[in-house]
Amino acid sequence: MAENNRAVQKLREKFAASIIDVVEFRGEVTVTVAKTAIIEILSFLKQSLQYNLLTDLTAVDYLGKKEERFMMVYLLYSIPNKDRLRIKTPVSEENCSIPTATQVWRTANWLEREVYDLFGVTFEGHPDLRRILMTDDWVGHPLRKDYPLQGPDREPYKGRLS
Amino acid sequence: MATTETMTLNMGPQHPSTHGVLRLVLELDGEVIVKVTPHIGYLHRGVEKLSEHRTYHQILPLTDRLDYLAPMSNNLGYILAVEKLMGVEVPDRAETIRIIMAELTRLESHLVWIACHALDIGAMTVFIYAFRERETVMEIYELISGARMTSNFFRVGGLSQDVPDEFVKKVSDFINVMPGYLDQYEGLLTTNPIWLKRTIGNGVISAEDAIDFGITGPALRGSGVDWDLRRDNPYSGYDKYQFKVPVGENCDTFDRYKVRLIEMREACKIVRQALDRLKPGPVLADCPQVCYPPKENVYNSIEGLIHHFKIASEGFPAPEGEVYQGVEAPKGELGFYIVSDGGNKPERMRIRPPSFVNLQAIEKMSVGTMIADLVAVIGTLDIVLGEIDR
Repeated sequence: MAENNRAVQKLREKFAASIIDVVEFRGEVTVTVAKTAIIEILSFLKQSLQYNLLTDLTAVDYLGKKEERFMMVYLLYSIPNKDRLRIKTPVSEENCSIPTATQVWRTANWLEREVYDLFGVTFEGHPDLRRILMTDDWVGHPLRKDYPLQGPDREPYKGRLS
Repeated sequence: MATTETMTLNMGPQHPSTHGVLRLVLELDGEVIVKVTPHIGYLHRGVEKLSEHRTYHQILPLTDRLDYLAPMSNNLGYILAVEKLMGVEVPDRAETIRIIMAELTRLESHLVWIACHALDIGAMTVFIYAFRERETVMEIYELISGARMTSNFFRVGGLSQDVPDEFVKKVSDFINVMPGYLDQYEGLLTTNPIWLKRTIGNGVISAEDAIDFGITGPALRGSGVDWDLRRDNPYSGYDKYQFKVPVGENCDTFDRYKVRLIEMREACKIVRQALDRLKPGPVLADCPQVCYPPKENVYNSIEGLIHHFKIASEGFPAPEGEVYQGVEAPKGELGFYIVSDGGNKPERMRIRPPSFVNLQAIEKMSVGTMIADLVAVIGTLDIVLGEIDR
């Protein structure tokens, strides 16, 4: 059970007010936390609970499905304890920015640039926030759900006609 | 009065030693590198966006094209993530064949690495030899899947078909001769004074920095971190196999070279164990909601045809939830993160490419060295741009 997870118990002790949700699915623990405490929680997990590797940092666009449009996802791994933990935090479309995690892990630099490029979420305090996969003069953010699959200048694909 | 100033040099995107379309903007003081700014994205095809518009079976061919030097490792990572999401159990024979192919893929990818890495540093013979051996792996690919690179052989729940009879002999012959070939490469490189001068002390990155930069795979083990997903978080039945995880000491290009060579020898051993375990049996799970029916049913019965049509056109609905599956790909941890909203297509599919994350450390590893050493650093990071740009 997710509640028996050591990291979840510690987080509940220390950041009780910031934890929104704890879910376990297929043996993977996901903790959803408030955006305001995200860097504090990530640093705590790295320093005190040995989650030393930031495996992945990405976002999910829940356009029209959730109140707050974007969900930032931090996937942590602890090399000493060999376990994973997923931390998520919602980001709204109106206030589409979040503090950067680059001071905690240098991995976050390019991963955040990619989220900025493809989702349009900005990272406060990021040292080098430029597009990374798309060209510098690109307009729009391709992984947003309202960005058409076939590109901005074409009729959206409506399925086969026959 | 004479003044000196730094020079900006554009290396790539078309450059033989950048292994694809990587562009590096170098700031140089003479021949010494002051700053490296990588520019990527020339090969961006929007695989993650495309995946949101395809059923789970239809995404599989896209994954071949990420790290095109190790297609089956990509297939394996994706398939395992979907199987975890669906809760499908895979038959033993399918699992064993997957491991054989994943390890042959590791050999193949490392063969291309040693070939290109040596060629970049100036040892051309190794390139010719390694590509000769790679050809055998390509033939095995062709034998079982019909394609040399874009294999698309695994399926959710097992394999697309059983392997032909000559498969076991062909694989067995290959791994019998492979260690001898590895001795040949070592003979050409390990004691070669030019090779030693070019690799020892080159591209040093400490274990703390390597973890901080998120480096995974052989590049991390070269820095002395004893961590391998196959052993530490086993997937696809890797816990049944005995193998050593090589670890470097000096955090330099030479240690990463040694780590990868030992990994190739260990891959041969894993394939040998897997061949011994290989027993006749089904290669696809008995799970009609998810898996394609056997081909003879499709051709000979109307029910089979309807079943095939339904799976091919509609796919299958996945339960609501999210999973992450990381596998030890030849280049590092390759991860697939799938978010499902209960439909037949993923709400979001994220690929965690090892090359993308590893490449970020290039500045750390090459500032203060010469341009020629940068070429060795690109080689030792073992990047593939198809995976970086997705």
